[in-house]
Amino acid sequence: MSTVVDARGLSCPQPVLMTLDEIKKVNKGEIEVLVDTDTSKENVTRAAESQGWQVKEIQGKGEGYRIIINKD
Amino acid sequence: MKFPTDENLIVGLDRADDAGVYKVTDNLAMIQTVDFFTPIVDDPYWFGQIAAANAMSDIYAMGGVPKTAMNLVAFPVKQMDISVLRQIIQGGLDKMTEADVVLVGGHSVEDDELKYGLSVTGFVHPDRVLTKKGFRPGDRLILTKPLGTGIINTAIKAGLASKQITKTVTEVMATLNRDAARVMADYPVHACTDITGFGLLGHMAEMVVDSGLGIRISAESVPILPEVLNYAGMGLIPAGGHKNREFRESVVDFQPSIPRAVQDVLFDPQTSGGLLICVDGESSDALLASLKEVAQDAAIIGEVTMEPKNRITLSP
Repeated sequence: MSTVVDARGLSCPQPVLMTLDEIKKVNKGEIEVLVDTDTSKENVTRAAESQGWQVKEIQGKGEGYRIIINKD
Repeated sequence: MKFPTDENLIVGLDRADDAGVYKVTDNLAMIQTVDFFTPIVDDPYWFGQIAAANAMSDIYAMGGVPKTAMNLVAFPVKQMDISVLRQIIQGGLDKMTEADVVLVGGHSVEDDELKYGLSVTGFVHPDRVLTKKGFRPGDRLILTKPLGTGIINTAIKAGLASKQITKTVTEVMATLNRDAARVMADYPVHACTDITGFGLLGHMAEMVVDSGLGIRISAESVPILPEVLNYAGMGLIPAGGHKNREFRESVVDFQPSIPRAVQDVLFDPQTSGGLLICVDGESSDALLASLKEVAQDAAIIGEVTMEPKNRITLSP
């Protein structure tokens, strides 16, 4: 069961901060992050990896991206 | 687009450079530039200083001396207290005074978003104009200010930047490139530009493309502001940094061992960044020693090579 961070319509650094907050909250497992710019996709990827999380999958979804990150 | 020209135009729009240069007499050329932007720091007085230092920088990068300036102001007069504008203009004025530049006029418009900057005119001897071209094999490249202002400004927006780094980056951005430019005037400098929105590699790409020469950079010798690599690793990278990479990464060969955070910093858009100086290799150590007295972070970061042509090579 993954939690969802919907950062669509927000510009950086907001999506990064929301992702880092969620990572802190759940500690491990799976998080789905929704963003709608290339900048946010790149930055959220870096944010997750900096906390020891893995980027499992990035799907182009309509106008934006669905980024699945996880940590066991 | 076709631009009008005449025989006295030394640097015009036909190539990307920092400012326009027009020959007035055999001993005098006029340099013109303009730059303005939205606030990058909260303090209006510091914003004014930074915007002015940034606008005047193009004149120094062309080897010239700024002399007169005009204010450009866009201000939301209905939403914002006029005292804010007064502080911005005071900041700009104090920076112009420091640079011995005379404020001769300006123009303001009402706008939803605050913007401030300058149109600046300077002078240079027509034979001493420095452009982004003219560097030679064996030249060394010197950068006079540390990189990372775009990333730190993003960290400030995120509320994650320390007080100390906020103060440091503000001072770095407000520092004039005047002293570094004065120092380089005594050395065999072949080309110069200032590092701004396109980042170090973006501006370097402008120089190297169609030059018939290559540039080799040693990543670890590039001066970087404290805390920047940490913030870059966390994804606190402005949109402009990603755009710079997308636009220019085809010109750059990264050795795979260079960490992504370092690559991100090399593409980071700078506000009021330092000068990038191409100096004759034999004089580079002497120039660096003199520069260190006025720009403590200055460093030799690379050299001009014969091969690979029209490309930047980055080693660790």
